[in-house]
Amino acid sequence: MIEIEGLAFKYPNGVLALDDVNLKIGEGEFLALMGENGAGKTTLIKHFNGLLKPTAGVVRVDGLDTRHLSVASLSRKVGLVFQNPDHQFFCETVREEISFGLLNFGYPRHMIEKRVNQVLRMLDLERYSESSPFALSGGEKKRVALASVLAWNPKYLVLDEPTIGQDALQKERLRNFIIQLITQGKCVVVVSHDVEFVAECKPRVVVLSKGRIIADGPAHKILSSEEVVGRGSLIMPQIAELMKLLKKHGFPAEVIDVYTACMEIQKRMSRGP
Amino acid sequence: MSMSMFEGFKFTRLNTPMHRMDPRAKFLMIIVFFTAAVIFSNIIVLLSALAVQIPLTLLGKAAHRWASSIRSASILASLIFLMNFITGSPLTFSIAMAVRFLVLVSSFSLFFMTTSPDDLGLALERLGIPYTICFTFTMAVRLVPTMAVDAQRVIDAQKSRGLELEKGNILKRVRNYIPILIPLIVNAVRRSVEMAEALESRGFTSTKRREPMKVLTLNRIDYLAIVFSLASMIFLIYIRLYVSIPTFDIPYRIKLF
Amino acid sequence: MGGLAVRVDGLSFTYAGSPFPALREVSLKIERGEFIIITGPSGCGKSTLCRCLNGLIPHFYPGKMEGNVEVFGMNTRFYTPKHLARFVGLVFQNPENQLFSLSVEGDVAFGPENLGFPREETVKRVEEALSLMGLKEVRDRAPYELSGGQQQRAAIASILAMRPEMVVLDEPTSFLDPRSSLDIIEAISFLNRRLGITVVLVEHRLDIASRFADKIYILDEGRIVDEGPPHQVYGRRETLLLGVGVPRISLLFQLLRERGIPVKEIPLTVKEGAEKLEAFLVDRN
Repeated sequence: MIEIEGLAFKYPNGVLALDDVNLKIGEGEFLALMGENGAGKTTLIKHFNGLLKPTAGVVRVDGLDTRHLSVASLSRKVGLVFQNPDHQFFCETVREEISFGLLNFGYPRHMIEKRVNQVLRMLDLERYSESSPFALSGGEKKRVALASVLAWNPKYLVLDEPTIGQDALQKERLRNFIIQLITQGKCVVVVSHDVEFVAECKPRVVVLSKGRIIADGPAHKILSSEEVVGRGSLIMPQIAELMKLLKKHGFPAEVIDVYTACMEIQKRMSRGP
Repeated sequence: MSMSMFEGFKFTRLNTPMHRMDPRAKFLMIIVFFTAAVIFSNIIVLLSALAVQIPLTLLGKAAHRWASSIRSASILASLIFLMNFITGSPLTFSIAMAVRFLVLVSSFSLFFMTTSPDDLGLALERLGIPYTICFTFTMAVRLVPTMAVDAQRVIDAQKSRGLELEKGNILKRVRNYIPILIPLIVNAVRRSVEMAEALESRGFTSTKRREPMKVLTLNRIDYLAIVFSLASMIFLIYIRLYVSIPTFDIPYRIKLF
Repeated sequence: MGGLAVRVDGLSFTYAGSPFPALREVSLKIERGEFIIITGPSGCGKSTLCRCLNGLIPHFYPGKMEGNVEVFGMNTRFYTPKHLARFVGLVFQNPENQLFSLSVEGDVAFGPENLGFPREETVKRVEEALSLMGLKEVRDRAPYELSGGQQQRAAIASILAMRPEMVVLDEPTSFLDPRSSLDIIEAISFLNRRLGITVVLVEHRLDIASRFADKIYILDEGRIVDEGPPHQVYGRRETLLLGVGVPRISLLFQLLRERGIPVKEIPLTVKEGAEKLEAFLVDRN
């Protein structure tokens, strides 16, 4: 479990980025962290692996206080995949790139090879194993960045804005992949302001605004709440908006995805006069 | 250490008398410090050159960061001290050499903290330097904080992959900077390509005759500063050549060579 | 005031050193004052096409170009970006890399200064552009002090100061959150409707932008595979299969149509969709 109690964080320049944040993330949970740019999402996730240490309050990963642990040791458990793969690529081949983390964590040679091959297969990157990471397209780069973290199989996986620059098919693949990871027991935290993507994933949603948590609950409740969407400077998923406008026809208010909405509409259409 | 070093040279937009001064007048003032530092080896003069900057930094609301730039430069300054002292120079002379370095660094720090790169570019343009060179200079300055942010991002990403920068012997530590440097360089190149595209799309260098919207004007304070600076320089040179000033000297030296 | 804004004839382009063409026999016509969206899966060539519209291709990016691109009657083979900058403005994805000055004002003045206008003219245009983009209060601020949305506004303002007749935007909302994205797209639509500026918008986020567009072009692997008014294009199954991010409301209606509900026109906005559904449900009753 990742436990956050009374977390406050102030940057050296005096800006209070997080204020009294309380959050518990269990093993195997699927969580989306949402909020406008500057709300503190990235600041928060940097506390999960110790990149930032609290100014006040406590962050515990599996019972251990992050203040007493190094980033390297925490990263074994909490794998952070940052937004921009270009900020981490430095190897000649994708294979080397994916091996980097494993080397740092001291895995033996034969294990590294095994893990790298496993993860290449998992993310459909086998044909790129000897390619230069710099020569790949945006979507492929993101998969390599993800692969390089999954290589050491961290218990908690945190993805920072994984959908930026991705087209609809790539997002669909990502969604399915995340669900696969969840069924395998991993905990996945996604930082995203892509409301439609989150609506389709239907995770637990935590909304941050100006450094504070303003909402925490299942996606269908949170994303269909006008109040939360307003305070969090989000946009309501189109389907949720639609359901609101059609409330008087008896549509359930908390439908946020297309397929459920389609079913509901069909039901009412076939009822007949 | 690395980040605070940049702080001492970063321009922050404030409205102080130092900020409002014309960059040319300000630069002349810095030249005075520069001159004092270079033509004198007298430790009292050098320390005074450092001290005289203090009221100016207060005027520019940059005192803290000015002090931190001196702190970061003191590592190199100590090196200079050691090199002089070990090769047999007297104690106070060696210290004076270190202080000379500090005066140079701190005066430039003062200048860059209170002068916007844009204004600097404009001043250079007024002095007749070709626009593309002025622009290159302005861009270099403007990109420093951007690259610092990039560097932090790269460091964060690599640390999150288990890279430990503080561990290992000297060889390993140097090798550990490769995963930091390569992404930084690649990003810098990528950024410059994107910027070049944007520049082309804004008609960069499409005309030889540019009329900048902002015009630098010298006001009364600037003229005063210029006159005062010129007078100070002449005064300093005169003193150096014709007047002997008391000095504080500890002639102790180590006899190694 | 007649004539096309853009005329592309059989354009193919291969970047130097690349084995595959980025664009294959692309042909299209854009009328003055139109609002066009270009979209498609990653790697389809949309960014390449943008850069063909202001001369960056072929002058900045060498490669093999076949066919022709004419912008306001000027063939881009013979007019460089410097010449075309007065007519076509290009806004890029990352606001950080297109703002060069330490004040918003300075950036907005950058274009006119480069084009060699006298000071009074530059001042006039800067005031105009700042006002159009609602940036007067932040004119003295440095770009890094602004939010992403404000930065993109500043980038657009700096293009506007050159008074182009067409603005091309390459995924301008990539780095912005949903609210700022909506803001920017609305600002762009304003430029189109009120000032008659032709707009070519490359976007993934079709849920916000579709309602403003006259026509949408879908690219895939360098070719135009579909074109037409958005509601028509979104009504076709193929569009989905390509990886185009069809707005959820449009997708919903496509699904309803497939399940036998007589949908005539696919809506682009939630309001439109609600109205249509109301009509159906009222009919039923």
